[in-house]
Amino acid sequence: MRFIFKTRYEQDLLFFKDRHTAFWYGLLMLSLLLAPWFVSEYFQTQLIFIFISGLVGLGLMLLAGFTGQMSMGHAAFLAIGAYAEAYLQARGWPFLFSAPIAMLMSAVAGVAIALPALRLTGLYLAIATLAFGFIVEEGLARWESVTGGNAGMMVAPLKLIVGSLESDQGFYYLCLGLIVVVATALKNLLRAPTGRALIAIRDSEVSAQSMGVNLARYKTLSFALSAAITGLAGALYAHQIKFLSPEQFTVLVSIEFLMMVVIGGLGSLHGAIFGAMFIILLPEAISTLKDWLPESLSGQTGLKATLFGLIMILFVIFEPLGLYGTWVKIRTYFSLFPLYKRGMFKRQRSYTKSERVH
Amino acid sequence: MTDAAQLLISGAAIGCIYALIALGFVLIYKATEVVNFAQGDVMMLGAFVAFTFSSLMGLGFWLSLPLSLIVMALFGALFDRLLLRPIIGMPTFSAVMVTLAAGFAMRGIASMVPGWGTDTHSLKAPWSDEVIRIAGIVVSTDHLAILLITAILCALLYVFFKGTSIGIAMQAASQNQLAAYYMGIPVRRINSLIWSIAAAVAGLAAVLLAPITFVHNNMGFIGIKAFPAAVVGGFGSIPGAIVGGLVIGWVEAFAGFYLPEGFKDIAAYIVVLLVLMVKPSGIFGQMRRKKV
Amino acid sequence: MQGFFEIEHLSKRFGGLLAVDDVSFSVKQGEIFTIIGPNGAGKTTIFNLISLIYPASAGQIRFLGKDLGQMSPDQVVQRGIGRTFQNIELFAQATVLQNLLIGRHAHTPKRPLAEMFFTRSVRESELVNRRAVEKIIDFLDLAAYRDAIVAGLPYGVRKVVELARALCTEPKLLLLDEPSSGLNVEETDDMAYWIQDIRDELDITVLMVEHDMSLVSRVSDRVLAVNFGKVLAQGTPSDVQAHPDVIAAYLGQA
Repeated sequence: MRFIFKTRYEQDLLFFKDRHTAFWYGLLMLSLLLAPWFVSEYFQTQLIFIFISGLVGLGLMLLAGFTGQMSMGHAAFLAIGAYAEAYLQARGWPFLFSAPIAMLMSAVAGVAIALPALRLTGLYLAIATLAFGFIVEEGLARWESVTGGNAGMMVAPLKLIVGSLESDQGFYYLCLGLIVVVATALKNLLRAPTGRALIAIRDSEVSAQSMGVNLARYKTLSFALSAAITGLAGALYAHQIKFLSPEQFTVLVSIEFLMMVVIGGLGSLHGAIFGAMFIILLPEAISTLKDWLPESLSGQTGLKATLFGLIMILFVIFEPLGLYGTWVKIRTYFSLFPLYKRGMFKRQRSYTKSERVH
Repeated sequence: MTDAAQLLISGAAIGCIYALIALGFVLIYKATEVVNFAQGDVMMLGAFVAFTFSSLMGLGFWLSLPLSLIVMALFGALFDRLLLRPIIGMPTFSAVMVTLAAGFAMRGIASMVPGWGTDTHSLKAPWSDEVIRIAGIVVSTDHLAILLITAILCALLYVFFKGTSIGIAMQAASQNQLAAYYMGIPVRRINSLIWSIAAAVAGLAAVLLAPITFVHNNMGFIGIKAFPAAVVGGFGSIPGAIVGGLVIGWVEAFAGFYLPEGFKDIAAYIVVLLVLMVKPSGIFGQMRRKKV
Repeated sequence: MQGFFEIEHLSKRFGGLLAVDDVSFSVKQGEIFTIIGPNGAGKTTIFNLISLIYPASAGQIRFLGKDLGQMSPDQVVQRGIGRTFQNIELFAQATVLQNLLIGRHAHTPKRPLAEMFFTRSVRESELVNRRAVEKIIDFLDLAAYRDAIVAGLPYGVRKVVELARALCTEPKLLLLDEPSSGLNVEETDDMAYWIQDIRDELDITVLMVEHDMSLVSRVSDRVLAVNFGKVLAQGTPSDVQAHPDVIAAYLGQA
């Protein structure tokens, strides 16, 4: 059992809690850097998808997990980023410029939905974001001159300032680098006043205001930043998938993202990554299990959706802290062995009291 | 002029479908503060159940209808018991995620049932595919049936909620679960009853809608438009669900006719965004304010 | 003449209910001013009007000579008015330290971009905040609870954390909404000492709502009694408590 003995305030400001944690993360980083030499090309592609989904997860986690603003239309930001990137790259803009523009356009969209959403909470906010998602989806399908409409749009290979990035390995490192940068930036933000303000808004808006937090400003910031990060993921997604069509960005996809961050563990950056791993590796797991299942089940395309839904329900009922929560519990079990108690992570149940005033 | 009248009728008919689905989750919301995002998929299930009885088992329409309503009611109670009772006491966000996930699972399972799958099936009512002329307007019997049956259902529900002690118990449980428990109200049983009613209403909507849209796995997506309907009418209000549904139905009908292509599909969402910006509580809405 | 804190003809109507009816009073700098009254008298509503949780229907609130007008609650904090809530509004799933650090928000420079890189100046301002918060922790003896999750703390401790958080906003005027409610005798005793220390050591003017009459008599310089949204009496604690209207309001007409 490890106890961190603190003697200076600076220790609470460290990025990594202690040297132990820093060591393990360093090890993780090293294995990811060396991965392309050791894993199959297929698995490398899966890792790229995990990085991209992880970016989406980080964006959504910032908004839903840390600021408490439920977003059911997040695929819209992914779409805007993807199409913007594809459009600019087709016109010869290098990634160094096209990606930030794509992020900026997504951020603008984020602000566009934030402004009407400022006064909305909970359900109403969810429906507003849902409506927004639908409108963007339809808009993309109709704006044929830019997006190619329902027929879709091809994406050119990633152009850099000189030449283009054709290799899968290069793209892998690009995605890895970007997700590390974004995760670091977010971690820094969350241990600073802005992050605290966002969490305050999530936990009690009235209280946050009474402590001097300007709700409008921080909600808008959260939407914009979340959209920008998702837009970046969209730009990467465009190059990975190489072909865009509106069906890839439906509300169903938005809901899948939401489920992803909940399964991963709402309220922690790790949850975004765990959720991304889950969503990408689930079809893998199903394929592996195919040999064990009767023919009638395994051949079905509906199996993935069913399992996704059922697993999600199990997590909400039995493990509200998500995959990351399970991870923390297992870790704590081993570090506290044999003193671990099941009640350690138990949350108080609160009965619903309607906030409606008739 | 007859165009407008035509649009009024067809718009009202589709609006009634939205209204019936919205009615289902407004009932659930009023009673349990849970938003059932799977209500559209419950309707889809209702359509398949009715299809199973009438076509696969050959029982004919008039026997299948009550049977499928009963099955749906049981399903609703089961849904509540299995999925929602375990999360009593957790924040409402958990319930929303459970219903979203349940929708996924239901679509997946429905696509794997032999005889259902991802094909489109036909489910007609005895009165389907006919037209009636009323005052020079051509009205399809399916549309007419939707309007009439929705009206009758609303009347029945009104009597049920205003005139029975169950309705009052429902309101108590929705406002303060803990206090309702203390008052001896069997909160969990009441919740299951509400879910049964909501599922049966969805089942009825399914049977009314199936002749027009056919029975298929993605049928439930029409239910997503029921949310704008409920918001426009005022979330948490039963007459609001009906009025909201009609409003959305009419907006869509007229947008489809007079506006360029594509507006019809997003008309509902533009309307709801406008309503949320101007008057989020909707037409019959209830005040929400946190007391500090 | 510039007063410290003045309320003139304040009224608030909720639909058909007149919750606050033409209330006027002023608070002198450095005093402890208490508002008393039966339940539902409108005391918390007055507080909510001062911290602009909702706007007044009529009347003026002046702090340091300037009208508060229609500003938002976060701006009220910037002006120097802090408050606690009747039903504790802490961030339940965070630690005590995190709750207190949010209290420093109004006095922290906001630089999201710099924060993402955690530059040296961000680090410096974090340390400044931490030291300020630690002073309050010392002041209220919360050192043992610094890293505890608020949800797991006993009610009495949470009330103190609520007070601490309000103090972290460096207010010139502190609004305390029923500071002793739910506290036992010893805790109320501690609270009385702290309220006096707040005035004497921290130079903060206190405006509070209170039910516990012994606490009111012990710490208050002046008292205002309200009922049904209207002012009944104003003066020293003993004067107000002896006032016939006040006695009638609490005990009912004979």
